[in-house]
Amino acid sequence: MKTGSNLEKVFEAGKFAVTAEIGPPQSANPEPLIHHAKMLNGSADAFNLTDNQTAVVRLSSIASAAIIMKEGIEPVIQMTCRDRNRIALQSDLLGACAIGVKNVLCLTGDHQIFGNEKAAKSVFDFDSVSELYTFNKLRNEGLQPGGNVLEEKPEVYLGCAENPFATPYEFRATRLAKKVNAGADFVQTQAIFDMDMFELWMDEVRSRGLDKKTHILAGLIPMKTAGAARYMKNKVPGMIVPKRIIDRMKNASDAAEEGIKLCVEQIDTLKSMKGVHGVHIMAVKWEEIVPRIAEMAGLLPRPSFD
Amino acid sequence: MIVAERKPLGEIAEMIAPYEKVCVIGCRSCVAICLAGGEKEVNMLVSAMGLLNRRTGRTQNLDGLVLERQCEKEWVKEVEDRILESDVILSMSCSLGAQTIGDMYPEKIVVPGLNTAIFGVPEEQGVWSEKCLGCGDCIIHTTGGICPIARCAKSMLNGPCGGSSDGHCEVNLELDCAWYAIHERLKLQGRLELMDMVRPPKEWNTSHSGGRRVIVREEARLTSHQKRATEESQ
Repeated sequence: MKTGSNLEKVFEAGKFAVTAEIGPPQSANPEPLIHHAKMLNGSADAFNLTDNQTAVVRLSSIASAAIIMKEGIEPVIQMTCRDRNRIALQSDLLGACAIGVKNVLCLTGDHQIFGNEKAAKSVFDFDSVSELYTFNKLRNEGLQPGGNVLEEKPEVYLGCAENPFATPYEFRATRLAKKVNAGADFVQTQAIFDMDMFELWMDEVRSRGLDKKTHILAGLIPMKTAGAARYMKNKVPGMIVPKRIIDRMKNASDAAEEGIKLCVEQIDTLKSMKGVHGVHIMAVKWEEIVPRIAEMAGLLPRPSFD
Repeated sequence: MIVAERKPLGEIAEMIAPYEKVCVIGCRSCVAICLAGGEKEVNMLVSAMGLLNRRTGRTQNLDGLVLERQCEKEWVKEVEDRILESDVILSMSCSLGAQTIGDMYPEKIVVPGLNTAIFGVPEEQGVWSEKCLGCGDCIIHTTGGICPIARCAKSMLNGPCGGSSDGHCEVNLELDCAWYAIHERLKLQGRLELMDMVRPPKEWNTSHSGGRRVIVREEARLTSHQKRATEESQ
């Protein structure tokens, strides 16, 4: 065990893991976080707290983690390289570990052009791979990139993201291999809509034995409307939404119910896919639906190790 | 080369408005090639400002001239008289030229007529693109000759990120994804193994992050004796 985080225990016990996301509010009000924490408690093994996702200013992921931990929920904090150089990234890692955060997801981060502070100076001192590489060295050797050795090594379970649907497709399993070599204990994939294409990526992942070296969480976005499907197809770079999915959402008498049904079907497929160790449900602005999806997919109750 | 763009006429007019004698100085180097501050552009600007003044009934003496290279003191020195006669210098060079004049004549007000933008190359007539950020530690031999620091919006060393879409950059879908291009180039060269390596954090201290850079080449410097001799000959 690296940290004994709940997420790590689920993986180590060979259980099919479930993670979900909570988007911090665009204010200093902790109530929405507390509300979601209470509502989602028990529906997943750990919850990602996004780090100013799409470069929109929000309550910080580390502060959010402190708030939801009080509700008995385990956080995965996202840490992007967009806004912090290596001094701040290391400092925040130490700070997060000090308050009891055990899971950190290393991301390069969405470019600020997508957000609400387009005039910001970007940092990108690191990218996700060099962030993983650095954090891995810190936890294993206490060694900082500048050569200093920490007085005590932080204990952290490291995750990353990978997108099987971004170009060049033939490189995407290699990129995961790089992240595994750099220290990724688990990976959350970009949202899957084209299951056939995901299978192809998993073939490549399995043939390199990556599923034995890291834990793969298949990413899913439950959709509420046909418009959401179209938006993701047309507006989100590196996302593939097949026409049959858009048609299915469009023709449904109740789009939200259809979106839930689709997500549950996807989970069923993924549960029996070799090398997939769990799902990561990104219910963007629809967090409250996660318990129902988990229930319908037969993923409840979540394993307990107390 | 250094690529610059002329500021909007209104902004230029506002900067020079308080002054009577304006010396407009262009440059025949990079900014002439990128059609921003060469002879033609200086003449055009002088005419435009003249027209603008005529419309408002303003009299302003606009003196236009072009130097071989505005960033070198020797060329600037040749037009010293006209610089000293003026109330303001409107530099139509990159910021390096403008600052050279400012540093040589600290009592003179120098205003920039151009926005200095990029280290770039002409791609086709009228199109220039950024290809270097001057990081001070070139690695393009490991990236198929393509610089990810300048050409990737996130300066990634382990790209492409998850936003690479049909070989294009998520930040601007009209631009190529640098790491997609690197992948294709390395594939062509039979060197795809270079895509597999985990590139550790870059040492940015050779870049501007390490503070302002001054390059000194001792073997090229003049001895104090040579300096004195040069000064005397001038």
